[in-house]
Amino acid sequence: MEASLALGFGALIAAGTYMLLARHILRMVLGLSLIAVAVNMLLFLAGGVGPEEPALIAAGAEVAAPGTANPLPQALVLTAVVIGFALLSFALVLAYRVQLALGFVDTDAMREAEPAGEDGR
Amino acid sequence: MSADLLLILPVLIPLAAATLCTIVWGSTRLQAAVTIAAAAALLVVSALLVVRVADGTILVTRFGDWAAPFAIAFAADRLGAAMVLVTGLLGLAVAVYALADVRRIAALSGFYPLYNGLLAGVAGAFLTADLFNLYVWFEVMLIASFGLLVLNKTREQLDGGLKYLALNMLGTLFFLAAIALLYNAAGTLNLADLAMTLQGTSGTAAATAAAWLLLLAFLMKAAAFPLFAWLPASYHTGSIAVAAIFAGLLTKVGVYAIIRIYTLVLPLEGTALQTVLLVVAALTMVTGVFGAAVQWDVRRILSFHIVSQIGYMLLGLALFTPYAIAAAVFYVVHHIIVKANLFLVAGVIGRVGGTYDIRRSGGLMMLSPLLAVLFLIPALSLGGIPPLSGFWAKLMVIDAGLEDEAWIVTAAALAVGLLTLFSMGKIWAYAFWRSPADGRSRPVGWKRMVPIAALAAVTLAIGFSAEPLVAFSLQAGQQLIDPADYIAALTPPIEDTVAENVR
Repeated sequence: MEASLALGFGALIAAGTYMLLARHILRMVLGLSLIAVAVNMLLFLAGGVGPEEPALIAAGAEVAAPGTANPLPQALVLTAVVIGFALLSFALVLAYRVQLALGFVDTDAMREAEPAGEDGR
Repeated sequence: MSADLLLILPVLIPLAAATLCTIVWGSTRLQAAVTIAAAAALLVVSALLVVRVADGTILVTRFGDWAAPFAIAFAADRLGAAMVLVTGLLGLAVAVYALADVRRIAALSGFYPLYNGLLAGVAGAFLTADLFNLYVWFEVMLIASFGLLVLNKTREQLDGGLKYLALNMLGTLFFLAAIALLYNAAGTLNLADLAMTLQGTSGTAAATAAAWLLLLAFLMKAAAFPLFAWLPASYHTGSIAVAAIFAGLLTKVGVYAIIRIYTLVLPLEGTALQTVLLVVAALTMVTGVFGAAVQWDVRRILSFHIVSQIGYMLLGLALFTPYAIAAAVFYVVHHIIVKANLFLVAGVIGRVGGTYDIRRSGGLMMLSPLLAVLFLIPALSLGGIPPLSGFWAKLMVIDAGLEDEAWIVTAAALAVGLLTLFSMGKIWAYAFWRSPADGRSRPVGWKRMVPIAALAAVTLAIGFSAEPLVAFSLQAGQQLIDPADYIAALTPPIEDTVAENVR
């Protein structure tokens, strides 16, 4: 289980990095979101894979029974997912506006904010 | 406890203001009034906060009154409180400047709510004592800054905004990955609890990886070498009010996070990270100042100088003596005020001269002698001319470097100081001293001049009576290098915890 999850994490990071390096704006944004998914997964795995019982304490008991899952990573991932979604939406809208305004999607050609001429970089 | 309210208000006030601004969306005047009132309130509250922590007290609030390591906590020590105070000062100055600078269309697209959101995020980041919470405040700040940067939707802004967004999102993801690894290593995210848990186990693979990843993430935020490409690509595209608040605060939140984490949670002393940070600090100073030397746009020159000055702050931390950390604290406070002020002055240069390109402007000294004086104060302070605030800041950093016998980086710091002065001299020689380009001059109202004069006055005040701030910084440095008090305040003795649980 752990091995396959780790492989999945690695595959997501690799795919995300590959897409991030592309020159197309949309691919770049999607690459970022793939990495975001991978990092969320890491956050979840950090809590440990194993116990599966819901994080509830039985009536009358003082402490949780052994084998209870850790609820904190779930709360953290939930927060990160929501934030990540907001950022992704904004990034997509921005990418769309950039394409509308500039008329192209090639990041190498994006020189609007750089000074023209000899010191172009 | 009144301490509770004092800790929460710096976040609550801007958040409430942001909400109020969206309620009065149609009236930009009301929005501006709300923002200025909120910034003034933030300034008062943060001043009270500094007074409370000045004697070494560490104020702590645990949300929901949960027991020690379980609740999300806010805490303020000298560094945190001082940072919030500067945030309040800058928030007020830039809000007044924005009255004249922010176009109505930008105000109607949400400048004021985003501006207040940004202040809330920054204050939250300075006060939180929980790593995941720090991530959340970083995001609040980031989302607000994205919005602010592309407010006018020009081609330039969209281009710069996309680069800013891509690299900052990546930095945040590194931060989140480091949080996951630290949680795996320690099972907690409360800063003090983390510090205690990691004390014996700093050698574990997860903790080591997290330490490197965190540094990478924060160096990206702080725009250190070689991760600063996004800053000069984007900062000059926003309106001047936006550029000034960004220049003052955003990179400094990254610096603050580095100082906080690497003094408290993962002590820097004697690790490989310390060497890396020392090298990064030197290269940041040097590359930033060289980058500035070839620019002609005032705003781009200033953008590269942000990078360069970040190097001094990192150098202070990398030396890791109480005195050097105190120097870093002093430098951060001085730099926030001076750099934001320079951007505000750049806005007036652009307005009076009609262009930001210093090759095409000229004669500003004749057109506006007052502006010339108000430019010289922060410019010379940035260059480190006595007796302005920058002189004391540089003196402390260099002194700490000599004390630590770090000859090469100290020499670099001295040389970069001279080159900074050269850049400021270049702006002066082209934009102010030459004969006027065409004599065209647009009027500059009090809304622009008052904040610039006020910040210049603060710079002068720090410069001429540096004693209190130096003493405060020294105490803050002492407090940071020996975080036992901070840890004790955040994790009260176990008896209390048990008592609270039983109750």
